[in-house]
Amino acid sequence: MSSIRQNHPASSGPRLPDFTNQGVWLRILLGVNLLMLVAALAANQRFAALPIEILTLAGIVELPLIASLLLLYTLNKLLQHLSGMPGALLVFGVTLLTTSTAYVFNMHLNTVANDQGGLLRALCWAALITGALLWYFDTRQRQHSPALAEARLMALTARIRPHFLFNSLNAVLGVIRTEPRRAEEALEELSDLFRVLMRENRELVPLSEEIALARQYLSLERLRLGERLRVRWDIESCPPDALMPPLMLQPLLENAVYHGIEPLGEPGEIAIVFSHHGDELRIEISNPCPPGAATNHGNQMALANIRERLMLFYDLEARLDNIAEVDSGRYTVRIAIPYRHGATQ
Amino acid sequence: MTGTINPPLRLLIVDDEAPARARLRDLLGDINGELPNIVVGEATDGVEALEFLSRTPATAVDIALVDIRMPRLDGIGLAQQLAVRREAPAVIFTTAYDEYAVRAFDLNAIDYLLKPVRASRLLTALNRLPRGTDAAALRHLAPEGRTHLHSNERGRIHLVPLTDILFLRAELKYVTAQTREREYLIEESLSHLEEEFGERFIRIHRNCLAARNAITGVERAASESGDSPDGGEARWMVLLRDFAGKLPVSRRQWSQVKALLREE
Repeated sequence: MSSIRQNHPASSGPRLPDFTNQGVWLRILLGVNLLMLVAALAANQRFAALPIEILTLAGIVELPLIASLLLLYTLNKLLQHLSGMPGALLVFGVTLLTTSTAYVFNMHLNTVANDQGGLLRALCWAALITGALLWYFDTRQRQHSPALAEARLMALTARIRPHFLFNSLNAVLGVIRTEPRRAEEALEELSDLFRVLMRENRELVPLSEEIALARQYLSLERLRLGERLRVRWDIESCPPDALMPPLMLQPLLENAVYHGIEPLGEPGEIAIVFSHHGDELRIEISNPCPPGAATNHGNQMALANIRERLMLFYDLEARLDNIAEVDSGRYTVRIAIPYRHGATQ
Repeated sequence: MTGTINPPLRLLIVDDEAPARARLRDLLGDINGELPNIVVGEATDGVEALEFLSRTPATAVDIALVDIRMPRLDGIGLAQQLAVRREAPAVIFTTAYDEYAVRAFDLNAIDYLLKPVRASRLLTALNRLPRGTDAAALRHLAPEGRTHLHSNERGRIHLVPLTDILFLRAELKYVTAQTREREYLIEESLSHLEEEFGERFIRIHRNCLAARNAITGVERAASESGDSPDGGEARWMVLLRDFAGKLPVSRRQWSQVKALLREE
């Protein structure tokens, strides 16, 4: 999946979630257990008996729940392919199958009553919960429908500091007479940057593309700031075919320049480190942290913006942390995203 | 070209970005025919600008073109330091984009130019013969006022944070500011400093302002101690944190010092 989570808008019936996504797992686990608690509360008049009731229920619920999740995980490709009503029916099939299997298994262990009524009741519960969760995921996806998600994404990415644009134009004007070639180069970089800013940024892009864009941006800043801006790249250990959301580096670097380099009376270094740990891609951007510039409103806005975009692209599978290290006088932003690469899209 | 024989306008360009300075120089060259001008100096931030001005006669610069966002001492801070001088160049701010500042400039009739600057706008602004930006207008831009005093030591400008100053004392021609580490010469009058920073400092003597929050207590002076310039007038001495010496309190200020101590 290389674009924002979305199903084909043409398909009718409920939209199925991606059962391989950790966020979806978490929501299912929480949802089922919550409903289990509600059931336990509803069935009991005496509060003292509640813990035991919950334990008994858990004994019945958790096994088919985990089994269903594993089955759905393996069947995810097929489910996404079927989508709509057939997919939903398959999901029901899976949950009912695991529920009845688990019930029979429990019957042999004598933890549940050995009768037809019990099984029927368990199956009703399973169908009810499955239906409720499918409805929840369907509504959630409709809320995050492609059109809406796209609009949000556009609104989130169409932000570059006017300060940067006007200062860059001013810098180009400043060198146009003495270094016409440098001015040409800068205008080309500026137009490349704005082309990317203005396109529809809803597909993951190869790392190499993001890095090239970041280099162009930094080259423009170098024109203004000269020797004051030093950049260290550490990207050797990272697979170049890895995919990442578009326009993620540039705003972070813009922050680093605005808050870390510009207020500094001496040259400062921005470090960009990419690393690859198993299924995870880590991006780390650090800059000097001049005293008094620690928490800034503009900076927080940019980070919140990136957090929201990470959410749209990866749900709960991405992280963003920012740390101001007083001792070393550096400010660091760390992003971890699932490692995906271009070949399988 | 008109027939006037005015001397050329003398300008100082203050901007931390080299291309921005080059741009202003180019434009000033372009309008030289209509408005004779000469760039007498360039500085990369507020501190350098103050250093430049300290090296030249007070009236050697007519107008300073000052960028807002600069390291060390920014444009507003520089204007604040200039506003307390008797002879200082007029300031025209240049800024790339800052909605808030621009609104404040308009409200307080402060001269500014938006970057990228156009030759025609520059000409209009210079022809208007900008007045010196006064402290009252700057107070609207930066309500907290000056956060530093500056001290000139053989052409090097030191910014002294107000929060570091334990006391200010008038000595002959100058005022010295004492911090925990050392003292600095300040070229401002004690009465102006008292007027501007009355909330932070209390007058304890005709020649001394002490930081209210640095005063830890008082003690009775040793009888007939010779270190009072008022000829034995002082009877109480103020004790300060992080400072070994004691400062005499004059009889006239004693009631106020006592009131301050009672507040605590």
